[in-house]
Amino acid sequence: MLFTFFSRLISTLVVVFGVITLVFLLIHLVPGDPVEAMLGESATPTDLEALRHSLGLDQPLFTQWWQYITNLAHGNLGQSLYTREPISDMLLERFPATLELAFFGLLVAVLLALPLGSIAALRKDTVYDHGAMVFSLLGVSIPNFWLGPMLILLFSLTLGWLPVSGRENWLSLILPAITLGTALSAILARMVRSTLLEVLNEDYIRTARAKGLGESGVILHHALRNASLPIITVLGLQLGTLLGGAVITEIIFSWPGIGQLTIESIQRRDYPVVQACILLISLSYVLVNTLTDILYAWLDPRVRYSV
Amino acid sequence: MFKYQIVIPSFILLLWVMCAILGPWLPLSPNHIILPNILESPSAVEWLGYDDLGRPILDRLIMGAQTSFFVAFWVIIVSVTVGTLVGTLSAWLGGYLDLVIVRIMDVFLAFPGILLAIALSGILGPGVENVVFALSIVGWVGFARLARAQTLSVKNREHVRAAVALGAKTPRIVRYHIMPLLMAPLIVEATFGIAGIVIAEAGLSFLGLGVQPPTASWGSMIRDGSAYMLVAPHMVLAPGLTLLLVVLSVNILGDKLRDFLDVKTREM
Repeated sequence: MLFTFFSRLISTLVVVFGVITLVFLLIHLVPGDPVEAMLGESATPTDLEALRHSLGLDQPLFTQWWQYITNLAHGNLGQSLYTREPISDMLLERFPATLELAFFGLLVAVLLALPLGSIAALRKDTVYDHGAMVFSLLGVSIPNFWLGPMLILLFSLTLGWLPVSGRENWLSLILPAITLGTALSAILARMVRSTLLEVLNEDYIRTARAKGLGESGVILHHALRNASLPIITVLGLQLGTLLGGAVITEIIFSWPGIGQLTIESIQRRDYPVVQACILLISLSYVLVNTLTDILYAWLDPRVRYSV
Repeated sequence: MFKYQIVIPSFILLLWVMCAILGPWLPLSPNHIILPNILESPSAVEWLGYDDLGRPILDRLIMGAQTSFFVAFWVIIVSVTVGTLVGTLSAWLGGYLDLVIVRIMDVFLAFPGILLAIALSGILGPGVENVVFALSIVGWVGFARLARAQTLSVKNREHVRAAVALGAKTPRIVRYHIMPLLMAPLIVEATFGIAGIVIAEAGLSFLGLGVQPPTASWGSMIRDGSAYMLVAPHMVLAPGLTLLLVVLSVNILGDKLRDFLDVKTREM
């Protein structure tokens, strides 16, 4: 257990370094002179030189990289070129909104997928099963940047039940959470179905039924419990898709999170902020995946005791 | 039951490809602005109506088909080629090279979904070539991981060992003894990959990071249409349904193909 934990930790650290390096290199992909691109055509040579120096872009590449990592380690993400605010403050201000959206998107996905997938598995090859699978196919095929506007058209503009955009109260959270969670719920429903079908053929399910346990007890305590491990793994892996989708969802609903900040900063050519946003979301994803792995090992005695 | 689940999606995809390939020769005017027709609803003359600049939406949809097909085609070619090459060689040669390549793949996989593509196209600037580049950078890893896993599972089979014993060199072994065994899962993965790329291209264009106006993309059409949903819902319905139909068709055919080739891939 301890060994798995440490080997996992080391490979995570390698990935974290890789992610930081890749994000650091992004600014060097700006076509032409990044400093000129950021300041625009009206900038004087003195301004260009000053910004180049303050971003460290006049240093050799390796020195820049080392400087970037040292600054990160000190929690210093630099300054926005547009607002002059410290980038760490901007991220702290926006991150809770993204976390909230991601959490409720995940909740929608799980709340839709568990019953749908279970019914599909328990009533295999019936109308319920086909219906659930059609939903699943539609869910993965419908782009969130179209689903969002459609939901707005129906629930906000036509029926007037829910706000169009913003983040005022819990009502304004509903449509973004559904928009974000639908694709994941579709993937998850399929996963729940196939895992449950496998589990339902196991001996211990027959035993549970033989000893006279009610069907709901069999499903809840024996089948779903054993099916939960692969589902958790998929959930952890798919969280990346969720976080990526959050960027687009935030734009649709003017949700004031990291995704919106990313796109705004791209439009303002505020590249240091773009880098910081990408870094924050990617590192959160790495963290969640590592936690999922540890949780998995902890939940499953077979994994726990095998090492 | 089985038949029309294959025929209808195939027909839709054929239509998509035909629009993309024949588009330049069709008598279309996707950028022709007719001011009196601004936001006009669908009619018998112009089936899908006009957009906010008075341009015919059907013509723009066909132009959008060209964009999405061009991007999907090149991204799949690049990602499958690079991914398969890297994955197969990494597994076959093993050792430190494999160790390093696996770490590099881990780093690329650490970027959530479309995020790296958003960052890359945001920084490189809009343009269809940059979209292809950004999506290929994101796309190759999945194929590399799959090709590596598959190669690992076949590299110790007897026919491969026999080839080694007969003195065959690496390129020959990979080409004739390993590749044929990788094709089925790679084809299935590539099919689902096309669906992902079509959505991603439209997503980037929706964010304003894809193709530049006046070139049409279904994604930018959805974005433009969102502003006029109450007065001209056809502006957002037409490109959205088209996109949905194409992606749905690819996914249905992918499912059928997976069953047919009997590939046990990870669920989605």
